[in-house]
Amino acid sequence: MRLGKSLVASTALALVAASGAFAQTLTIATVNNGDMIRMQGLSNEFTAQTGIELEWVILEENILRQRVTQDIATSGGQFDIMTIGMYEAPIWAERGWLVSLDGLPEEYDIDDILPAMRAGLSFEDSLYAAPFYGESSMVMYRTDLMEAAGMEMPEEPTWDDIAAAAAAMTDRDNNINGICLRGRAGWGENMAFITTVANSFGARWFDEDWNAQLDSPEWLEAVTFYNDLLQNYGPPGAANNGFNENLTLFQQGRCGMWLDATVAASFVTNPSDSTVADSVGFALAPNRDGLDKRANWLWAWALAIPAGTQQEEAAMEFINWATSKDYLELVAEREGWANVPPGSRTSLYETPEYAEVPFADMTLRSINAADPNNPTIDPVPYVGIQFVAIPEWAGIGTAAGQEFSAMVAGQLTPEQALERAQALVTDEMEAAGY
Amino acid sequence: MSTKASRSAARLMLAPAVILLLAWMLVPLTMTLIFSFQRYLPMRGGFQGWVGFENYARFIGSSAFWPAIQTTIIIVGGVLLITVILGILLAILLDQPMWGQGMVRILVIAPFFVMPTVSGLVWKNMFMDPNNGLLSHLWRFFGADPVIWLSDASMLSIILIVSWQWLPFATLILLTAIQSLDSEQIEAAEMDGAPVLSRFWHIILPHLARAITIVILIQTIFLLAIFAEIFVTTQGSFGTRTLTYLIYQRVLESQNVGLGSAGGIYAVILANIFALLLMRIVGKNLDR
Amino acid sequence: MARSVTTQRKSLNTFIAWTIGLLIFFPILWTILTSFKTEAQAIADPPVWFFFDWTLENYRVVQERSNYNRFLWNSIIIAGGSTILGMIIAIPAAWSMAFVPSRRTKDILLWMLSTKMLPAVGVLYPIYLIFIQLGLLDTRIGLTIVLMLINLPIMVWMLYTYFKEIPGEILEAARMDGAGLKEEILYVLTPMAIPGIASTVLLNIILAWNEAFWTLNLTAARAAPLTAFIASYSSPEGLFYAKLSAASTMAIAPILILGWFSQKQLVRGLTFGAVK
Repeated sequence: MRLGKSLVASTALALVAASGAFAQTLTIATVNNGDMIRMQGLSNEFTAQTGIELEWVILEENILRQRVTQDIATSGGQFDIMTIGMYEAPIWAERGWLVSLDGLPEEYDIDDILPAMRAGLSFEDSLYAAPFYGESSMVMYRTDLMEAAGMEMPEEPTWDDIAAAAAAMTDRDNNINGICLRGRAGWGENMAFITTVANSFGARWFDEDWNAQLDSPEWLEAVTFYNDLLQNYGPPGAANNGFNENLTLFQQGRCGMWLDATVAASFVTNPSDSTVADSVGFALAPNRDGLDKRANWLWAWALAIPAGTQQEEAAMEFINWATSKDYLELVAEREGWANVPPGSRTSLYETPEYAEVPFADMTLRSINAADPNNPTIDPVPYVGIQFVAIPEWAGIGTAAGQEFSAMVAGQLTPEQALERAQALVTDEMEAAGY
Repeated sequence: MSTKASRSAARLMLAPAVILLLAWMLVPLTMTLIFSFQRYLPMRGGFQGWVGFENYARFIGSSAFWPAIQTTIIIVGGVLLITVILGILLAILLDQPMWGQGMVRILVIAPFFVMPTVSGLVWKNMFMDPNNGLLSHLWRFFGADPVIWLSDASMLSIILIVSWQWLPFATLILLTAIQSLDSEQIEAAEMDGAPVLSRFWHIILPHLARAITIVILIQTIFLLAIFAEIFVTTQGSFGTRTLTYLIYQRVLESQNVGLGSAGGIYAVILANIFALLLMRIVGKNLDR
Repeated sequence: MARSVTTQRKSLNTFIAWTIGLLIFFPILWTILTSFKTEAQAIADPPVWFFFDWTLENYRVVQERSNYNRFLWNSIIIAGGSTILGMIIAIPAAWSMAFVPSRRTKDILLWMLSTKMLPAVGVLYPIYLIFIQLGLLDTRIGLTIVLMLINLPIMVWMLYTYFKEIPGEILEAARMDGAGLKEEILYVLTPMAIPGIASTVLLNIILAWNEAFWTLNLTAARAAPLTAFIASYSSPEGLFYAKLSAASTMAIAPILILGWFSQKQLVRGLTFGAVK
């Protein structure tokens, strides 16, 4: 009987395969963030509409990056759709590793994508990765603690405001830390944040001839400031805290302030996860008094199609579904507007219901304030705000990040950390042939 | 004793294993060797020309190389020391008569079945996290400031996690060895009124010598390659970057395959020197 | 034979051994307990021990998000397959080295072990490229072969030391009776070697089950085993201790159960000829 069944099944399969178009299966690699897991949950709608089956490979961020990079660099062909970031998109597109998304249909409305996001995910004016959600960074703070301290957070704070607020809110006896910041090593972890601080202090990674600039006084000032904030007002073990650890701390009410990705806003204001949901305020990322550069970054998690996939058409169809206006509405309908993947489309911010979401306005302002083509005060040869869009950056950023992480752990002084970082960056750049 | 026929049959039986392992070793190793003389940067289009020994010079000249060797030695040495000493004590303890011996043995060997990734994640998050980890709760309960394990005691933490995983293995082998010890011999010594310490020193320890060398040999092979435990905990920060991890960073994070391959060749050479030393010692026992 | 001991001493032994045993086992116990808590209880200070509302919610969420059965099935096939394949190759090799030793036997044995020294990360690129050429990426057969090759040296060595303990006189007696090579192996050696083979199989299944580098890097969706399953729970956004615990419990439970049932076998077999 079992044999009969499988025989029927395989005949059916053969028939379906012969008739084409059906029973296609896409393999999608993505990161285990909340919005992507929601997408996975909703994706049976897509399968119901199109008949295209989906295989999900959901991995933790570091492992995902390693897997997809390895696969694309060797044309392994394991994935039909890859989730990549703003860092990878232009580099991979330049290598010819990605399929251009210019072929998306009219109703996709490519012009609706926020200009900053579109610019960051394009190469030579063609879009190569469709933003699933986008983010900048901003200040999230506890309104109740600020009130208790008799202070007010300006909408456009300076670093001095931040330091003063952190000092006022720190209450070690009650386990409240004035400020939580990323300390965990990694180019997408502490280096993303530290680079934005450096930018706002007038520092830059490289001069126009690609000489590493970490020995500049601006870097020292920026890194010292960051280090002092964490040493004086940060949580214990800050050197191990990445985005996720800080999110947990903030949700538990252990942080007075947290400077991080705008997407975190929906998590910290979600009453089912956060103990402080109704007392969170938002402000733009700070600048330095007298300098006109805010410390906010720009990032997008985006869906891209590796060149060489056998299923380009189906993959395009999925991207058209997952990053469309309709998808945003689908999420809104099922889970409420606050849970819609933010930061990808202009039309979302024009939706009246979404305007009522407390962090919508500040998120949009933050994204619009970011300019990846002019990330620093002095001119630089690279694009990217919290990263340098060259293939070597992932290695450089992580290696340097480990030195700064050791600094936060109290094992190095800012001077030592910078000196080592400068040496190893110079080393790596030399090895890469600059 | 063996005939010519059985000799050639034996050779035939040995052949598949030897050929397969030879291929498994030589093919990737040759490719790695070739890569190591190239400027090979996948993110810049792959092969960029031959560079001779430049990658070798660069790898060994980098400021990260010697600390990585040192870290590797400390981690391997530390884990060996802990697992062997605790393993002996545990084996002696488990050999004593008690109630529920089988159950205790099960409890003790359980960590061996846990995936390295899982054990790294569990230790890092649920025990060593300075804010929410169980150890931090414990420290606070006694009014102390929680230890920030992964940064302030990074090496100790890694050694602790890895030791936890390998202690069962050491205990198991040593326990089997102890069980084979002639109990009359011990009883005789007991009768003689030999003190516990001298009984341990003169009878048990010599008997265990062979088992200990085996534990050291097998564990070293696995410990030199530990990766997951570091990857999920410190990612090589705070001085926990081993040689294996350094190569990983070169190959996969920096995407510099040539440089990483040179590192791989160094690792092979070093591991083989190490192995040769060890096998000198163990080889004698194998002869028996 | 049995040493006579006082009840007092036995009690003391029992107490100390159980304390240490529970201490060593505690991280696993804690993980299992946490998997039945809510996320808030999972990080509660003071910690909650046994008296909380036990919930299966985490298991439900994990099951909903990932197809556990497929990961489990892949793990079983890969660990089992690599072990079977490995034994087919290792048993004859170990047999020939143990019973028809030559001058080079020891060298071959040591050389085999030394192939394990090749650092996996160093050869990832070569292997990946070879796998692409052979179309083996994300296939169970590819992974089965790699894991077999990784563990083959250990298998051969374990079996070798085991076979060596089988007294040669028995073989000679069998030969006197006119037993051929086939009979010798089938009727004389095999029964004596079964305990050694069994424990080699066990150890190998454990090692293959827990291998987390190749299994993660050479698979995508179709052949991904439980190590890849864990990688999707390792640090997501928000509180995750309870869900991580549930996923961890699911990943280690099968092998833990297998290990427990075969504990005696393992204790006997892990000798590497160390006994006597």
